[in-house]
Amino acid sequence: MFGKRISAVIIVLVACAIGFFVYNSEQGNSEYAFKLGLDLDGGTQLVYKADVSGVESSQVSEAMTALKDVIERRVNVFGVSEPLVQVEEGGVISGNSEQRLIVELPGVTDIDKAVDVLGKTPLLEFKLQRDNLPQSQEEIENLGPDDVFVSTNLTGRFLQKAELQFAQQNTGLGEPSVLLMFNTEGKELFAKLTKDNTGKVLAIFLDGVAISVPVIREEISDGRAVISGGFSIEEARVLVRNLNLGALPVPIELVGSQVVGATLGHDAVQAGVIAGMYGFLLIAIFLLAWYRLPGFLAIISLAIYVVVMLALFKLIPVTMTAAAIAGFVMSLGMAVDANVLVFERMREEIASGKSIQESIKEGFSRAWSSVRDSNISNIITASILFWFGTSLIKGFALVLMLGVVVNLITAIGVNRLLLYVFAPRGTESGPISRFLFGKGFGK
Amino acid sequence: MKIIKHKNIFLGFSVLLVIASIASIFIYGLRPSIDFAGGVLVEISYPETRPPITTLEEGLNSLDLGVYSLRPSGENGITLRARALSETERTRVLGVLLEGETVVVERFNNIGPAIGAELKGKATVALSLVVFMIILFITFAFRKVSKPVASWKYGLVAIVALIHDLIIPTGVFAILGYYLGYEIDALFVTALLAIFGYSVADTIVVFDRIRENLKLKDEYRTNESFEETAGKSLSQTVSRSFNTSFTTALALGALYVLGPSSTNHFALTLLVGIVAGTYSSIFLAAPLLVVLEKWQKKVL
Repeated sequence: MFGKRISAVIIVLVACAIGFFVYNSEQGNSEYAFKLGLDLDGGTQLVYKADVSGVESSQVSEAMTALKDVIERRVNVFGVSEPLVQVEEGGVISGNSEQRLIVELPGVTDIDKAVDVLGKTPLLEFKLQRDNLPQSQEEIENLGPDDVFVSTNLTGRFLQKAELQFAQQNTGLGEPSVLLMFNTEGKELFAKLTKDNTGKVLAIFLDGVAISVPVIREEISDGRAVISGGFSIEEARVLVRNLNLGALPVPIELVGSQVVGATLGHDAVQAGVIAGMYGFLLIAIFLLAWYRLPGFLAIISLAIYVVVMLALFKLIPVTMTAAAIAGFVMSLGMAVDANVLVFERMREEIASGKSIQESIKEGFSRAWSSVRDSNISNIITASILFWFGTSLIKGFALVLMLGVVVNLITAIGVNRLLLYVFAPRGTESGPISRFLFGKGFGK
Repeated sequence: MKIIKHKNIFLGFSVLLVIASIASIFIYGLRPSIDFAGGVLVEISYPETRPPITTLEEGLNSLDLGVYSLRPSGENGITLRARALSETERTRVLGVLLEGETVVVERFNNIGPAIGAELKGKATVALSLVVFMIILFITFAFRKVSKPVASWKYGLVAIVALIHDLIIPTGVFAILGYYLGYEIDALFVTALLAIFGYSVADTIVVFDRIRENLKLKDEYRTNESFEETAGKSLSQTVSRSFNTSFTTALALGALYVLGPSSTNHFALTLLVGIVAGTYSSIFLAAPLLVVLEKWQKKVL
C-alpha cells in the first residue's frame, strides 16, 4: 500500500514536471515551442521550375505528379509536418506554358533553411556513349557531355532502392559504392539497354555530371547496377539517402522564394485552445457529477494524458494546424472511454455487494477484455494506415497510435493506481465511501 | 430487452438512413474542395500599401467562390488560392483584389490538387487491408464463442456497422454541400478516419459483453437463447455507450461553438458520425447478430 502511494505521488510529480515543460517551452524562444502549421503561422514558399523538355507532352502531368510525390515524401517523412506541395502550371494566360512546383513549409522563415529541408534533388540518368566520336583525344575534350553521350529512357524514376556497399578488398573495407536496384519496369529497360549495347560505355549521370563511366560487358537482367565513383563514405551515404527518398523524375531549379503569412492566424489558435479548455471542463464536470471520486481521479489521469500528448507533439514534432488542434480536442472525449468502461463495471460489482477494493479489482479485470480488444482494433487500423498511407493519412495514423498508447497508460495504469490509493481498505465500507464510489446524480 | 424485441424497427431505420444517404450522395454529389480539385493561384503585390486582408475577404465572399485561402505573402503582397474560375469570375476576382489601385499581378496560374490521386489509390488499398485485418482480428478474438454464431460473422457485422457509420455523415455532407456549399476537403477525410476507429471500437465493446455472457451461460449451463443473451448484454452496455459518446459530444460541441470556424464542419461531421456510431453499436450490430442467428436456425 505504501509503495502504491509513493508511486502515485511520483507519477503526479512527473506529470507536473511534463506540464511545466509544456508551459515553459511556450514562453520566449524555446526550440520546443509548438510548431504551428501554414494556416496558423505561415511559413516559406519555394517555387521550383521543372524542366519537362525531356518528357513527352502527354506524360507531363504524370511526371509532375510523380515529382510532387517525391518532394512531399521528403519534406513530410512521418506525415506530421504539414507542408503544402502543389503543381503549378504557369503562363496559362500568356500561352507560354511552364511547369512549376510550389513547396510551402510551415514555420520556416529562413529561406536557406527551407531549401536545406528539401535536401539535394538528385537527378539520376543513364547515358550511352555516341558511336561516331572523333578519334583524336583533343577533339573529344572540346566536346560537351551532350555531344559525347546520348540520353536513354532509363532514369531514376525506375529506381526501387539504393544501398550503400563496400567493395571487398584485401586491406579491410574498400571504397564505398552505391548499389541501384530497379523496379520491374526499370529492370526490363536496363536488360534491353545492356543487351543491345554490349561493349559500349554507359555513363551514370548524377545532376548532370558523369560520376561513373562503366563499359557494358554483358546483358544485365537482374536490374542491379553499381556506381563506384570514388565517393567518401559520407558522400555515398547522403547519395543513398537522397536516392531512396526519391530520384526526381524531372530536373528542377529554384526560381523563387518568399515568406507567406497565415490564412487563419493566431485568432484560430486561441479559439482552438479555448474550445479545448471548455471541452475539458465539461468532461470534468460530467465525470465528477456522474462518477464522483473515481470520476475525480479520472480527471487527473485525463490531465496527465493531455500533458503527455502535448509534450510528445513538441518533441516529435507534430505540426499543429487548426485540424490537429480539433482532432486533439475530440480525443479528450474518447480518452475517457476506458475509464467509463471500468467505472461501469466497478459499480456493477459494488451493487452486487462486494467491497470497494474487491470491486476495483474486479472492475478492471472484467473491463479489460473490452478495453484491450477495442484498442487493438485501433492499433491495427493505425499501423496499416501508417504503413500504406500517404502523408495526410500517415499523420493521422501516427497521432492515433500515440493517443491509444498514452491513453492506455493513463486511463488504465495511472487511474488504477490512484483508485487503489484512495479506496477505503478492509472489507466493510461506510456510507460515505459507498456514496463516493457510487454513480449517478443523487444518492 | 426491448431493443431486440423491436429490432426490425431499429434495423429498418438504419436501412432507411443508409439508403437516403446513398441517394443524396448520388443526387447532390460531393463537392471537392481545392485540396482535391486544384484551382487557381493568384499572387498580387501592392506597390503602395497592402489593403487589410479582411477588406479583401469581404469582397471575395460576395463572389460565391466556395472555400478559398487568402494570405499575406512577401513584403507587400497577397496570395489567393481558389477553385477554377471562368473568364468573368477571373475579372471579378481581380476587380476585388486590385481595389482600384495600380498593382502588379505576379502570377495568375492553375494549380494542381494538394492531395492528389495517389491518396485515393493508396487509401483504397490501405482501408481494404484494414477492413480485412479487423475481420480477421474479431474472428480470432471471438473464436471461443463461435456458437451459436460463427465468430467471423461478428467481424462482418462490425464492418456493416462501420459502413453505416461512414455513409451517413457522407450523405449529410452531400446535402449540406448542395444547400450550404460544404466541401469535401482534407479535414473531412480525417474526420472519416476518426469515425472509422471509433465505430469499430464501439462495436467491439458491445460484442465483448455478448462474449462474456455467452461464456457465463456455458458455465452455468442456463437455457438462455442467443436473443436473450444479446438483449441482456445490450442493457448492460447501454449506459457506457451513451456516456462515452456523451463525453465525445461534449468535446465536439465545445469545438463547434467556441473553436475556429475553419474546423466547424469537421466537428459537425464527427458529431454525426459519433451519433451514427453509437446508434449502430446498440441498435444495429447486436440485433443484426440475432437476425443472423435466426437465419441459421431456419436453414438448418
